[in-house]
Amino acid sequence: MKLISGYFNKEASLLEAVKSLRANNIKIKDVFSPYPVHGLDQAMGLRRSWLPRAAFIGGAFGAISGFLFQAWVFTRAYPIKIGGKPFLATPSFIPVTFEFAVLFAAFSIVFAYLLKSNLGVGANNKIYDERATDDRFVVVLDTSNVDEQEAEKIKSKFEETGAEGIKYEE
Amino acid sequence: MKSNIESIMENYNITFQFSKKIKTILAVFIVIGVASLAYGIFAYSPTKVWSALLLNSVNFLTIGLGATFFVAVHIITQSGWHVSVQRIPEAISMSLPFGAIFMIIMLFGLNNVFHWIHEVHHDPLIMKKEAYLNVPFFITRLFIYLAVWILFTYVLRNLSKKSDLNDGLKYYNKSRTYAALFIVFFAITIVTFAWDWLMSIEAHWFSTLFGWYVLAGVIVKSFAVIIIIVAILRKLGYLEFITKENIHDLARYLFSFAIFWMYLWFSQFMLIWYANLPEETLYFIKRVDNYGFLFYLNLILNFLIPFLVLIVRKFRRILWIVTSIALVVFAGQWLDHYLMIFPGTMLDVQKIGIFDIGLTIGFIGILLWTVLQSLTKAKLLPKNHPYLQESFHYENL
Repeated sequence: MKLISGYFNKEASLLEAVKSLRANNIKIKDVFSPYPVHGLDQAMGLRRSWLPRAAFIGGAFGAISGFLFQAWVFTRAYPIKIGGKPFLATPSFIPVTFEFAVLFAAFSIVFAYLLKSNLGVGANNKIYDERATDDRFVVVLDTSNVDEQEAEKIKSKFEETGAEGIKYEE
Repeated sequence: MKSNIESIMENYNITFQFSKKIKTILAVFIVIGVASLAYGIFAYSPTKVWSALLLNSVNFLTIGLGATFFVAVHIITQSGWHVSVQRIPEAISMSLPFGAIFMIIMLFGLNNVFHWIHEVHHDPLIMKKEAYLNVPFFITRLFIYLAVWILFTYVLRNLSKKSDLNDGLKYYNKSRTYAALFIVFFAITIVTFAWDWLMSIEAHWFSTLFGWYVLAGVIVKSFAVIIIIVAILRKLGYLEFITKENIHDLARYLFSFAIFWMYLWFSQFMLIWYANLPEETLYFIKRVDNYGFLFYLNLILNFLIPFLVLIVRKFRRILWIVTSIALVVFAGQWLDHYLMIFPGTMLDVQKIGIFDIGLTIGFIGILLWTVLQSLTKAKLLPKNHPYLQESFHYENL
């Protein structure tokens, strides 16, 4: 895979570069930034995150399974009379059900995020520039299917918008 | 789009016009209320009539009170998103004096509603509470609450109105002190108010959470009313500057406080259910056995429906969906008050009938009349508010 990446020191020029590249119908592979940049999502044309949906599914699963587990334990597996309450004492299950929902929602967000972003244990992501975690913004483009002319155009766009440097990688 | 909003803000000097047509509709509402009251006096026992009046008076008063709370909270947190709708809670809070009048009228019917008044000299349990629960102190407390609430409401409203004429920042900074004082006073008195007027109906029963549970209901109800008034004004062709983000935030309030209400309701219920002490459980036994359908309907209206609908982000941004949920919550909070009052005051099981609904329509008519009347007194956009720009230029994630 042939990659071309531009390096920026300023947030404003990063946003400008992303906008002008997209205005010219050039597809951006990814942008790396040390912190969340306001307006970058819109500039890149990213869709809304689906993490809330992962949280909802995880939470709903947690709530249902948590409730059913308690119902099973207290009616089938090990029924005990506690305080004269019925075996299926719904109100006393609610707090635990709620905690299950929170726990599963949190887990599903974390794992969905790690999966989607290729992070976590054993991840081997390419580091384009070490300063991307410090004070630099990196815009990466995939140029495998792009001809000379197009690549030249990308380079000129980077230069126009004030890129500090441009790197080519195989 | 930006320039459009800016031009609206610069030229926005419109106040609400209270047209004849709306006045006629509201007059019909009030006539229905009066007719129901007259019917109720003939058809039912005084206890039932006074209970219904108590329900509606408390409901009416706490709507205005919650609106003042909304204004005060957003002043002390220095928030900016609400500025475009700020005049609506301000107008709602102006209904507070009318609520006060209804509460004072209620003083004539205390004997019919509060059984501790008769028993305070011979019931050993109530005799122990006499230091707090006696009629002179009860009435004094009411007047203190009402006087201070109304005082702060008027001070905050006047400071906001003055900011229209000249420097907004000066009056905003002034109002911060008053808002902070109000919040402290409100937090304490809404709890004691709930003890006095709702919990003492069944004076043998007590719950430490009750005040906070009522507070959560008051807050969620006043948010619902704010949304309903916004929708009415939009329908009449006002407030075109309100953005989707403003609606989203109002809906989020409704959503989160519906959950908060449920949390407190359940905390109170579960502890009593689990501990199973006879004097505490009696309160819920009455309600579950005699009012079973309404008891569960209360939870569906106040929690399940708003939770399941407003959890979807898209729905939180559509005004008519948010408004219908606000109406559901409003009805639900009315029902919640119904379940606090009627099983306690009435010995035999009651059904919600034409009388209850007609009387409530009358009170809604008075509420809308006072709110719309006070909307005509100030511009619909506080254009010198220091955070005005912020309320148009932000985005919800």
